[in-house]
Amino acid sequence: MSETIVFGLCAAVVIGLGLYGAIVDPRPLRKILAFNLLGSGVFLVFGVVARRGAAAGFPGDPVPQALVITGIVVAFSATALALALLLRYFDATGSTTLHEGVAEDAGPDSTEP
Amino acid sequence: MTIVPALDLFVAGIVLIVAVWTVAARDTMSAVVGFVAYGLLLALVWVRLGAPDVALTEAAIGSGLAGALLIGAATRLRAGEPSVSTERLGGAGRVLAMTLSAVVAAAVAVVLLSLPDPAPSLASEAAANAGVTSLGNPVTNVLMAFRAMDTMLEKVVLLLALLGVWSMARDHAWGGRPRSCRRADPEGPLVLLARVLPPVGVVLGISVLWVSADHPGGAFQGATILAAMWLLVLMAGLGDVPAAGGRRLRLVLVAGPAVFLTVGLGGLALGAAFLSYPPAWAKPVILVIEFAMVLTVATTLGLLVAGPPERSAER
Amino acid sequence: MSVVLDLITIAAVSAGVVFFLAGTVGLLRFPDTLTRLHALTKADNLGLGLVVLGLLPQVGSLRDGLKMICVWLLVLLAGATVSQLVAQAARRDGPGSDGAAP
Repeated sequence: MSETIVFGLCAAVVIGLGLYGAIVDPRPLRKILAFNLLGSGVFLVFGVVARRGAAAGFPGDPVPQALVITGIVVAFSATALALALLLRYFDATGSTTLHEGVAEDAGPDSTEP
Repeated sequence: MTIVPALDLFVAGIVLIVAVWTVAARDTMSAVVGFVAYGLLLALVWVRLGAPDVALTEAAIGSGLAGALLIGAATRLRAGEPSVSTERLGGAGRVLAMTLSAVVAAAVAVVLLSLPDPAPSLASEAAANAGVTSLGNPVTNVLMAFRAMDTMLEKVVLLLALLGVWSMARDHAWGGRPRSCRRADPEGPLVLLARVLPPVGVVLGISVLWVSADHPGGAFQGATILAAMWLLVLMAGLGDVPAAGGRRLRLVLVAGPAVFLTVGLGGLALGAAFLSYPPAWAKPVILVIEFAMVLTVATTLGLLVAGPPERSAER
Repeated sequence: MSVVLDLITIAAVSAGVVFFLAGTVGLLRFPDTLTRLHALTKADNLGLGLVVLGLLPQVGSLRDGLKMICVWLLVLLAGATVSQLVAQAARRDGPGSDGAAP
């Protein structure tokens, strides 16, 4: 069962990386990428939990596995919508960053001098 | 037997290196390519975690279709790229973000390492009830029968996402067609591939759906292959995307959820509960839903990649 | 008999892995797009072909063997097409720019 430990730690690091990228990078496309990374780390956590629940001759618990399949499709839909918004924003303003929006959204970007 | 854990470590290491690359690469296109590679490597991890169905989904949707979408977006955004390197987060903010991310990662790791040892599992219940539907693949059983509500609502999510994408259209293109691809050379390799591959791909997509009753596969995975074939034909310029306002297209888009909902309400009227299948008919009913679903999902996925309408409905 | 088959598998898969390794090293080390493509096709075509050839003696049924050969043929088709497209794009953008170097 060593693979659950190895890939569990891998999932934790991927979640951390995704979170870091989503906070630090000001470019929305990179934030979307980082967010997808974060999501795939969470899916991996599900996968590890499913693998640990292997029983009844199945290699893993099928319920979390099915949830992950649903999750991947939903994550894809959200990515498509986010990219469409981003491209429309780019067409309207000619900018690939949310520079003007920084003041209102009071996110971590507002620590900018 | 020590070779397998070593291989696991190796795969996990490469996955992490590519993930770091995806976050750290300067050029956005390089980061996107890194993300595609990451998705494919992740599929290997899913195989190692005993989840071939998820591996297929990750490779097809998480890496393939999402990759096509992201590469298209990165190409269009390239014109506006260079002005951004100045407004990155300052040093203190970076350290703070790094600390926060490290704490979250450590917390997840600790939780995963301290999970209860005989892990709670629904696998034996899934096995015990598998006879009800006479399907051999437990994941298909969960998706289509035990948690069919999730799958039905997911169809609705896909449809809502498509409506969201469509509503990005400018007024003059409302109900029209997405931007056309660059004209491919009619004698070129892309057109040849778009003529040779789709027959094979369509057979493969349907077979992935068909075998999912008893083997790894499924409606989403099959639908993604079909969507990829459609997109290939579109990219080669051998076909045009139907206008968003077309009635037939809209009919196809609602067919999947509509059939699913009808079966669900039928279960409420004739059987025990919403989405309860008559036991003798469970497998044929599930197949009907899956075939309606595969058509809808393939069309929706293709349209999501094609993007919002940018031309009016007339050519 | 099975020893002979195993030996065939080991020899062919090892040769395939060597081609993959050489192709990857070339992909990372070669100076421009066209030479990198040249390296890549060796990994795709010969490397995968040899791996499939090596695994054929191990398959349980004729169907599985045919499936593996189909996978190889599909990769050949996709690889050849994509190489052509990448090369065309490289030629269109001019010999000076070599894309995003890692």
